[in-house]
Amino acid sequence: MTADVALAVADLRTHFFTRAGVVKAVDGVSFTLRGGEVLGLVGESGSGKSITGFSILGLVDDPGRIVGGSIRYRGRELVGLRAAELRAVRGREIAMVFQDPMMTLNPMLAIGRQMDLALAAHGGRPAAARRARSVEILGRLGIPEPARRLAAYPHELSGGMRQRVAIACALLNRPSVIIADEPTTALDVSIQAQILREMTDLVRDTGVAMIWISHDLAVVSSVAQRVAVMYAGRIVEDGPVTAVLRGPRHPYTRGLLDSLPAQGRPGEPLAQIPGTTPSLLTRPAGCPFHPRCGRATEPCRTAEPERRADGEHGFRCHNPLPEAAP
Amino acid sequence: MVEILFQRLLQAAAVMLAMSVLVFAGVYAIGNPIDVLIGPDATQAVRAEVIARYGLDLPLWRQYLGFLRRFLEGDFGRSFVYDLPVLDLILTRLPATLELTLTAVAVAVAAGVPLGMYAGYRPRSAAARAVMAASVVGVSVPTFWIGLILILVFAVWLGWLPAGGRGATVAVLGTEWSLLTLDGLAHLVLPALNLALFKLALMIRLARAGTLEIMLSDTVKFARAAGLSEWAVLRHHVLRLIAIPLVTVLGLEFASTVAFAVVTETIFSWPGLGKLIIDSITSLDRPVMVAYLILIALLFIVINLMVDLAYAALDPRLRRRRSAS
Repeated sequence: MTADVALAVADLRTHFFTRAGVVKAVDGVSFTLRGGEVLGLVGESGSGKSITGFSILGLVDDPGRIVGGSIRYRGRELVGLRAAELRAVRGREIAMVFQDPMMTLNPMLAIGRQMDLALAAHGGRPAAARRARSVEILGRLGIPEPARRLAAYPHELSGGMRQRVAIACALLNRPSVIIADEPTTALDVSIQAQILREMTDLVRDTGVAMIWISHDLAVVSSVAQRVAVMYAGRIVEDGPVTAVLRGPRHPYTRGLLDSLPAQGRPGEPLAQIPGTTPSLLTRPAGCPFHPRCGRATEPCRTAEPERRADGEHGFRCHNPLPEAAP
Repeated sequence: MVEILFQRLLQAAAVMLAMSVLVFAGVYAIGNPIDVLIGPDATQAVRAEVIARYGLDLPLWRQYLGFLRRFLEGDFGRSFVYDLPVLDLILTRLPATLELTLTAVAVAVAAGVPLGMYAGYRPRSAAARAVMAASVVGVSVPTFWIGLILILVFAVWLGWLPAGGRGATVAVLGTEWSLLTLDGLAHLVLPALNLALFKLALMIRLARAGTLEIMLSDTVKFARAAGLSEWAVLRHHVLRLIAIPLVTVLGLEFASTVAFAVVTETIFSWPGLGKLIIDSITSLDRPVMVAYLILIALLFIVINLMVDLAYAALDPRLRRRRSAS
């Protein structure tokens, strides 16, 4: 199993040095991603899940910086690589798909041109071969008349088509890891389902590994095999999707599950977690979730819980929920 | 496209008509051209004859209609001072101003856009701060002062370049160009630089502001995530995304410089349009003033149209939706 680890992140810390102070957006995140596996990275806005994705690609904007930890891609350390070495990894080994294709595709350039730039960035192929590859990948993603689409501009395509093009861009150079940052959030529900199915097919057919970043546990449960729940810059619970969703041990995961519409009864208000995500500037002492937690006891206010594991199912909590009945 | 062009032509005609009324009425209000036309010792009979010849005794509206009729027939009047057709006068001065302005704009774009993009790309570097400080000087120090300093340093102290005039020219297609002779080029450097500095500073500031904003966009993040080099990101993505405001300002700057490079042309005795309009104002040369200002309105209209065409070339969203897709 260990030989097949595509990505191993250990104790990753990405901090932002702002005027107001140091924002510890990612503060000790560890996980592994196996080849051909989909890992769901779940959390509320500001939990650090997107910054984790950007850190892996070395794309953290100023004033942010990776201050510690390690990111190993197939055994090779990515933290501390020189800019040119990182650039060669991006797109070729690890690619990323973003939330809103309207914002990511350049409105001024034909999509064929944008795909060509992505291919040319990793060199070595004549223009005709690059074009053939673009057509092939667009066709693979179910875009009709792919050769003619190359001349189209982003505004001439529907939202679902645009996201397919963005995914195609990410797949062009056959990466072995894809980081998908809420790729279906900006789409209609019916298109969401299509894209979800296409991406799961892709993972199955090509053996690519994927990190699926989302705030939506329902979506994650339908694509991922394993899930990691982030809160205030750390992973608070992780494990196989079924184990975590059926028997969450961390009260925060329980709260997220309870607030899903499917869990409520019609006519009754949805359950919600009281309070808001803490400001990462003034992180609460002890367990960062304790001010919002109904199970908090004295140790929660003073000592940060270490990760405890029950087989593959890990959690950071002093007072975990009881194990689900088998 | 044809519709738009037709619409634009109508707009242009309306603007020029309005401009002709304003200019004619405005010029009518200043001074008495008779004093320019004849000597103070001329007899009353000569005086009356000249007034009648130029129609200066008619009411303003009749003078205007007469002017308008001749203007539409292509007769822009004769200069009182040079006793030449105004159109010929303007056309002989135009190449001098055009080559000066084009050189200045070319320098401003060629240097300003890369410098501004660099300043926006690495906003906290020492080089970027130096560029920005220089651009503040460029937009705030008056042109005439910079012109005088340029003459003082390069013409008087160092003696490298001539202080004024146009130098040797070569006739190509019936017009004289200094760009094509070494002596002409030497004369062109200082006034072109003088005119370019403000535009250069403007381009730097615009390119920097655009680049700063675009560098934070998801488009740039996505391009970087695909492995594009920083150079490719700037060259292919950022440059395209910041181009529209640059082209807009460039068009306006170009037109206003062609029309009113007055200060620079005066300081460097450059025989262009700016110097012509200033001379015609001081000598109350009415026909030159009127025709000049109306033609300048035409110039702005043409350049605005060109800017609109450039928008369509740059931004596919402004082009007509292709029926196929």
